[in-house]
Amino acid sequence: MPTVGIKRDLLFKALGRTYTDEEFDELCFEFGLELDEITSEKEIVSREQGDTKASDASDVILYKIDVPANRYDLLCLEGLVRGLQVFKNKLEAPRYRRISPVNGDPQKLIITKETAAVRPFAVAAVLRNITFTQERYDSFIELQEKLHQNICRKRSLVAIGTHDLDTISGPFTYTAKPPGDISFKPLNQTKEYTATELMSLYKTDSHLRHYLHIIEDKPVYPIIYDSNGIVLSMPPIINGDHSKITLQTKNVFIECTATDLTKAKIVLDMMVTMFSEYCSQPFTVEEAEVPLLASHTLSSLFYVESTEKIAQLLTRMCLLSRATGVGDEIEVEIPPTRSDVIHACDIMEDAAIAYGFNNITRTTPRAYTVANQFPLNKLTELLRQDLAAAGFTEALNFALCSEEDIADKLGKKISETRAAHISNPKTAEFQVARTTLLPGLLKTIAANRKMPLPLKLFEVSDVVLKDETKDVGARNSRRFCAVYYNKSPGFEVIHGLLDRTMQLLEVKSARGEGYHIQAADDSTFFPGRCAEIIVRGKTVGRLGVLHPDVINRFELTMPCSAMEIDIEPFL
Amino acid sequence: MADSGVVETLLQRIEKADDGVDSLNVAASLGVDHQVIVGAVKSLQALGDIISADLRSSKHWELTVEGSEIAEQGSHEARVFSSIPLEGLAQSELMKLSFGKIGFSKAMSNKWIRVDKTQEGGPRIFRAVENIEDQVREKLLQVQKGNFSQLDEKEKNELKKRKLLSEVGSWKEKKFKPYNFEAMGVAPDCGHLHPLMKVRTQFRQIFLEMGFTEMPTNNFIESSFWNFDSLFQPQQHPARDQHDTFFLSDPALAHEFPQDYLERVKKVHSEGGFGSQGYKYDWKIEEAQKNILRTHTTAVSARMLYKLAQQKFTPVKYFSIDRVFRNETLDATHLAEFHQIEGVVADYGLTLGDLMGILHQFFTKLGITKLRFKPAYNPYTEPSMEVFSYHEGLKKWVEVGNSGVFRPEMLLPMGLPEDVSVIAWGLSLERPTMIKYGINNIRELVGHKVNLQMVYDGPICRLDS
Repeated sequence: MPTVGIKRDLLFKALGRTYTDEEFDELCFEFGLELDEITSEKEIVSREQGDTKASDASDVILYKIDVPANRYDLLCLEGLVRGLQVFKNKLEAPRYRRISPVNGDPQKLIITKETAAVRPFAVAAVLRNITFTQERYDSFIELQEKLHQNICRKRSLVAIGTHDLDTISGPFTYTAKPPGDISFKPLNQTKEYTATELMSLYKTDSHLRHYLHIIEDKPVYPIIYDSNGIVLSMPPIINGDHSKITLQTKNVFIECTATDLTKAKIVLDMMVTMFSEYCSQPFTVEEAEVPLLASHTLSSLFYVESTEKIAQLLTRMCLLSRATGVGDEIEVEIPPTRSDVIHACDIMEDAAIAYGFNNITRTTPRAYTVANQFPLNKLTELLRQDLAAAGFTEALNFALCSEEDIADKLGKKISETRAAHISNPKTAEFQVARTTLLPGLLKTIAANRKMPLPLKLFEVSDVVLKDETKDVGARNSRRFCAVYYNKSPGFEVIHGLLDRTMQLLEVKSARGEGYHIQAADDSTFFPGRCAEIIVRGKTVGRLGVLHPDVINRFELTMPCSAMEIDIEPFL
Repeated sequence: MADSGVVETLLQRIEKADDGVDSLNVAASLGVDHQVIVGAVKSLQALGDIISADLRSSKHWELTVEGSEIAEQGSHEARVFSSIPLEGLAQSELMKLSFGKIGFSKAMSNKWIRVDKTQEGGPRIFRAVENIEDQVREKLLQVQKGNFSQLDEKEKNELKKRKLLSEVGSWKEKKFKPYNFEAMGVAPDCGHLHPLMKVRTQFRQIFLEMGFTEMPTNNFIESSFWNFDSLFQPQQHPARDQHDTFFLSDPALAHEFPQDYLERVKKVHSEGGFGSQGYKYDWKIEEAQKNILRTHTTAVSARMLYKLAQQKFTPVKYFSIDRVFRNETLDATHLAEFHQIEGVVADYGLTLGDLMGILHQFFTKLGITKLRFKPAYNPYTEPSMEVFSYHEGLKKWVEVGNSGVFRPEMLLPMGLPEDVSVIAWGLSLERPTMIKYGINNIRELVGHKVNLQMVYDGPICRLDS
């Protein structure tokens, strides 16, 4: 969920009144926002870099507001204020219009086929006769940054470039060239660099280095020129210095280059609709689509007295609506700011928000249903109770662990396990899904060595094994594992727990139809101190005294015996 | 700590004696209470391997009223013998004597007397031997003198059986050191269930009480298709990023999918349909095939709803509580895996009011009655509502769960009837558990760094109190 930092006083000025923090929090809640934090730049700098650095920072109060991830139109002061004002019936929902230039043809951006190899899409628009102030300018830059971080997926899907149109002349060309063939003076630099030089220059730039990988390995880099060969930008990395916008800029040329055309259109719409407010003819850019929606899906979600009422509610959410008079039909205009509206249910949600979720009467689903437990979980629940009654304490360990935990430390090779491997672990703790519960229990003992002996622990939980018969190539296996840690190995204790478990599961001690144990070799256990557990002729697990090397590798010092069985055969 | 003088004396005596000393004797010879010596022994034992002590018990016996009478006058059988003159005695006469009945049968079994039933005037008793030795009386006299050791256990038990002797605890008259009722008792030797699992049991119970059926969530590894695509979560969504989700390298890809359903999912994403404009992007099967560790149990709900759609529709209520995985940055309240609690209801014409109503019932069972709902965004529910409850301790509204109505773009491609809506909600199991048990660091609760003392000490779990 993106967070937007907005100066409180500026916000109140734009809203035309002041609120107490509580009142504003309440307003946010109703509208589906969250006032996350009340702070100041000074406080933020002081928290992150210490008090000394903070002494110069501004102490103007900032509201940090959490905005739903799909509402790109609320990522700046302009959009937020517009939304809230309409919601509070202080402002009519704006109708955005696309206009043609007063004189001459529209600007053109020509896309060449070379871009297909790297970043194939581009869209552009012009905001005419805009008036910037320092605050508006800051907000304009901030919105670009927010869009880049969110919908643009850190510029990988879409990158925005904004330019002072009066410093350049169309038609513009969007093409792609080998990095050595590109040379220009980038934003805020004093000399020209080739694209290759730029990539190494920005390697150390704390901000730009995160975007280099998007084009770094490509044979050609995207580049936009004007008709005189002036570089506007090298998306998605940097703009040219020549066309940079300033407070004096009157006409803004906005281009969005992209790997996803739908997202590029959304981003461009967002930039122009938000800032068209400051044009001499406000809200002039692009005409709205007008889909016609039937209302039967709308009214089914909550009770509203009339179609007209729904239309009023929607209009309060910037969705200009009117009842057509034909049945329950409502005509809704979806402005370009609302790219999140793709289905009638999205419109319905806005009606519900405007109505107030908390004003809807609570009812209860009437269907009669009979509850059933998942048999494996039922068995698990019942077994756990009686294992605790047998004097063992339940542990709860992670399903993910390192390869070492399930292999080397247990005296096994990773290739012998049927482990599922994770491709992108941030640390070794998340390399594989566990194939046995034993390492977790041993780690639990290691972390609790200060506790009085003996330690008797158990866990009934899932491990994951590769299994080609499953659609995803792996399955869970429900295991029961127990360990006994004391001054003496206590094989008889674990053996006794096995006997008790079999008694609970109504399996008699007998070969054939019952259970028995028989000597087995297993590198995890001390030689001659390991047995297989055989139930109705099938091996379900093992028990024994752990090998001293295994104990040492888990940083333990005393003998330990353990058992682990698959409980699914007992269903 | 016991009197150090006594401790020292005791040690000296033990050193001198070859086979140990008797604590009672030591107490008597030092002229101190026996408990003082016991205290000294205990404090020496507490120091480690210094002395060894074993507990000896001594039994005391005394005569019963009947036993005393016998010691004085002889046993019943002896008295029967001596009552019989040489010419014998009529049995009827003998039985008139107070000791006659018992004495007769004992004397008979000792073969001291004989009965002649042929006599005139009824059976007559004669002496069968010339002399007798009244052992019972002699034994009792020994006991009376305090020489218990002269008798072996069997003899004593025999006399006890005849109610002539009784065992006397010498503690009857003894004075004991008073109990310290301020002290704790000895902890019973027992096992314990894990607090998080105790809370899980309660949540299961609540769902079962509300008529919800448990979903089979025992599949940690899921395909991106069921985890994301089937939920109408677009393929470029940040949740599908390497930074948020664990992908698998082996087994890397899922294979079998229901083919017609997959085509419908592809279409609704890339072109729209079912009343939706779709996301208008190039949907790729390769992306859907990627195996991941499921990021929510809703992947299982999707499988269940798809399965439901393949039959004649009947309303259902489903729930699950199981692990989910996020490749996120870890902190004091976030781990890479946690338990998700999820409830799902599918029926004709469910409304937002139904969702809020059922959430109200659910949370009431948790002891939470003050609820309100905030509009929110979720890729696969519309409308989406965050559930807030008023926390009396913190004096503010805190988020307790997330909920919504599944999008038609998710349900209709599955083949569910158009007028069926599905409402759902979810929350984490860890958060309510941490609040319930007052735990601030999640690592003390989940994983191997668990504080076992906390597990040992944990109370039973009643969520509504």
